[in-house]
Amino acid sequence: MALMASTRREADERSYPLLLYILVPLLALGLQSLVTLHFPRFGLVDLPLMVVIYFAMERQRPVAATLGGALMGIVQDGLTHQPIGVFGIAKASVGYLAASLGVRIDTDAHGTRLVLTFVFVLLHNGIDWVLMRHLLAQPMVWDWLHELLRAAINALIAVVLFALLDLARSRE
Amino acid sequence: MESFFSRYKNALVLLLVLVLQLLALAVQAKRPATDAADPRAVSALRYAVVTVITPPEKLLHNTGLWFRDVWWGYLDLVHVRRDNNALKNELERLRLEQASVVEDARQGQRLQHLLGFKEHYIYQTVPAQVVGTSGTDQSQVVYLDKGSDDGLKPDMPVMTADGIVGRLKDVFPSTSQLLLISDAASGVGVMLETTRTRGILKGSSYGQMQVINVSPDERIKPGDKIITSGGDQIFPRGMPVGTVDHVVPDPERDPLVDVIVRPAANLARLEEVLVISGMGGVASSQEAKDLAESEAEGEAAQKRASDILSERLPNRIDPNAPLDTNPDQNVDSTGNVVRPLAPPKPLHTDGFSPGSTPPASELTPGARSVPVKNGTEELPSKPQPAKSAALSTGSASTSGTSAAVAGTTVPRKTVTVDANGVARPTTSPRTVPGTTGTGLGTTSGTVTRVPRPALPGTATGSSAGSATGSVPGSVLRPVPRPALAGSAAVPGSAPRPASGTATTVRPSTPSTSSSSAAEGLPKTRVIDDGPVSRPQRPASTTASTPRPDAAAPKPATTTAKPGSATTKPSAANPATQKPATPVRRSPVLVPDDGSRPPSTVKPKTSATPAPQPASPPQGRGV
Repeated sequence: MALMASTRREADERSYPLLLYILVPLLALGLQSLVTLHFPRFGLVDLPLMVVIYFAMERQRPVAATLGGALMGIVQDGLTHQPIGVFGIAKASVGYLAASLGVRIDTDAHGTRLVLTFVFVLLHNGIDWVLMRHLLAQPMVWDWLHELLRAAINALIAVVLFALLDLARSRE
Repeated sequence: MESFFSRYKNALVLLLVLVLQLLALAVQAKRPATDAADPRAVSALRYAVVTVITPPEKLLHNTGLWFRDVWWGYLDLVHVRRDNNALKNELERLRLEQASVVEDARQGQRLQHLLGFKEHYIYQTVPAQVVGTSGTDQSQVVYLDKGSDDGLKPDMPVMTADGIVGRLKDVFPSTSQLLLISDAASGVGVMLETTRTRGILKGSSYGQMQVINVSPDERIKPGDKIITSGGDQIFPRGMPVGTVDHVVPDPERDPLVDVIVRPAANLARLEEVLVISGMGGVASSQEAKDLAESEAEGEAAQKRASDILSERLPNRIDPNAPLDTNPDQNVDSTGNVVRPLAPPKPLHTDGFSPGSTPPASELTPGARSVPVKNGTEELPSKPQPAKSAALSTGSASTSGTSAAVAGTTVPRKTVTVDANGVARPTTSPRTVPGTTGTGLGTTSGTVTRVPRPALPGTATGSSAGSATGSVPGSVLRPVPRPALAGSAAVPGSAPRPASGTATTVRPSTPSTSSSSAAEGLPKTRVIDDGPVSRPQRPASTTASTPRPDAAAPKPATTTAKPGSATTKPSAANPATQKPATPVRRSPVLVPDDGSRPPSTVKPKTSATPAPQPASPPQGRGV
């Protein structure tokens, strides 16, 4: 695992086609909604969160990651019946942290991605639970085993997904 | 100042984004109720998101459906014929089942109408396809491909064939959001079908459903059905919700319990649902049509059932049925009655015969309703009880039904008393006007049954066409008793213990076979103070069980010459010295439907010494 800080030049080289910034989030949202219809267990997976983490770590721009995460969360909130902003706050926070860490550590290693994704998923669900339980007084239950399992599954899938997205990365 | 913003730009942006969203949450959380409609801005935002997301979902879903339909409809047709036959059988069974309950439904509707209940019929539904979900297990929401353009509105209930699934929350022009009953924000008024316990069904964040705040009740068992109570004003009453999985104590409210519910509909794999878009007090035309068809089928089924029953039960008897000497001819090889039996006719008029009692309008208050019978009777001078007792036991076999067949010519046994005072059984053909009969029942002729222990020297026997009930062997004991001579026979009347008639040798009413034996006998005036006839008790209780006071002298309502017709016990009479032993008979197999037993179960023929004709079944011998 390489924890060395990447240079600014290396980060700038990680650019993607503009269309990818639009299609990948939409595809993540669509697949998340459609696949869960046929495979209910797929609800454990959070594809939009993975997309937010990936672009935040790769682009290493906290402002863009925060706004992107907030937008992705709001769209995801729009698909649910819960108040708009719950996922937005959680994903904005995760995007900011992922982008901030991406500046300092090398996020190309799979191990780093695995650990970071695991932590970010836990953080995301923790923020979601706090907002729902204590801010909105919704009957949310925090089950450590369930949350750890969910974080592990998401981390494993994220490693594969990040590798696929790396193929679309354009190097100058 | 500029350096501060540039230095903490990232953190400030994050803070700004979080604050804005927190404010948005505060605005949304300010709503008075959770189920209230979203603010306009929020609805617009949801609509924008759904508009962007659901079209690709619809496209993908419809494409998948097309491929699936092609596969299932044109390629994978294995077992289609078998499944079609199975479905037809199932449809036929359900039609019969529906026909059987339609009358109950009608009655329930009438009662509800009488009680002022307002019945809500489901008269309009909109089928819809599920095209997507919220994508997270924390929000049990799915999306339908129908919206306000199809007449859908918020809070419309949604169901499947298995039960309810949820209600519409947000409705867009071409899409609608369905909130499942397993969601934490959902609430359904439910009721346990068995205990009628009402409660509120709530979901949880992990999709588990439970009826909360239920009073502890031991009658609540796993598997009990849960239906909607209609108290939420959304779901119609009586729709299936699920079953009880188990009961857990409520951690927050100690004495109360929570009932964990297993949903009836598979909420995890919803594909097609029905949105109930119209309910009211009037049934739809299709529902009325189905109801009319069900009623017609129900009436047809009831008619068929009544026809079958009428053939099996003797309440529909053709009085003009031809004479039939053999009851077995009415039974086919399987033991079923294939022809109606002739109606029974009493051998003599009694108080229970139709038409024998005058109407109430002709009766005088205080007048004697029971006629006093006066008349003369021909009595045998010296009846011999010995052989008559044997005859009685030999001919007393009945099988729970009366003996003779209506209008049939049966050989009858009569007891004739010869000049020596010995009763001899004789057999002669006789036409019985009409009595019911079964295969096991036997015709006993004119030897009547003795209602109590026979007096010595009296003629005893079994009553032909007597009341139903088996007549085990008569127990005849020589009981010392004051002679009630001359009271031997009361024509047309059943033996009555209080009258003091020790024995009634009843001559056959239409026949004269026994009267010839009594010719020349002294006539005795008989005054019978009582009803003309009483229903004869089952012989098993009257003939075989002597009463303790049987030996006591009875009040002599019968004027007779003592000793004229009574034979005293003597050593020369073996029958009086050797009482007849009770005959134990094996139980007779009678089908539950009242029909005759199969022809394979044949009674034993009588072992009486008299020659027995082969055709009619006779009483089983001693």
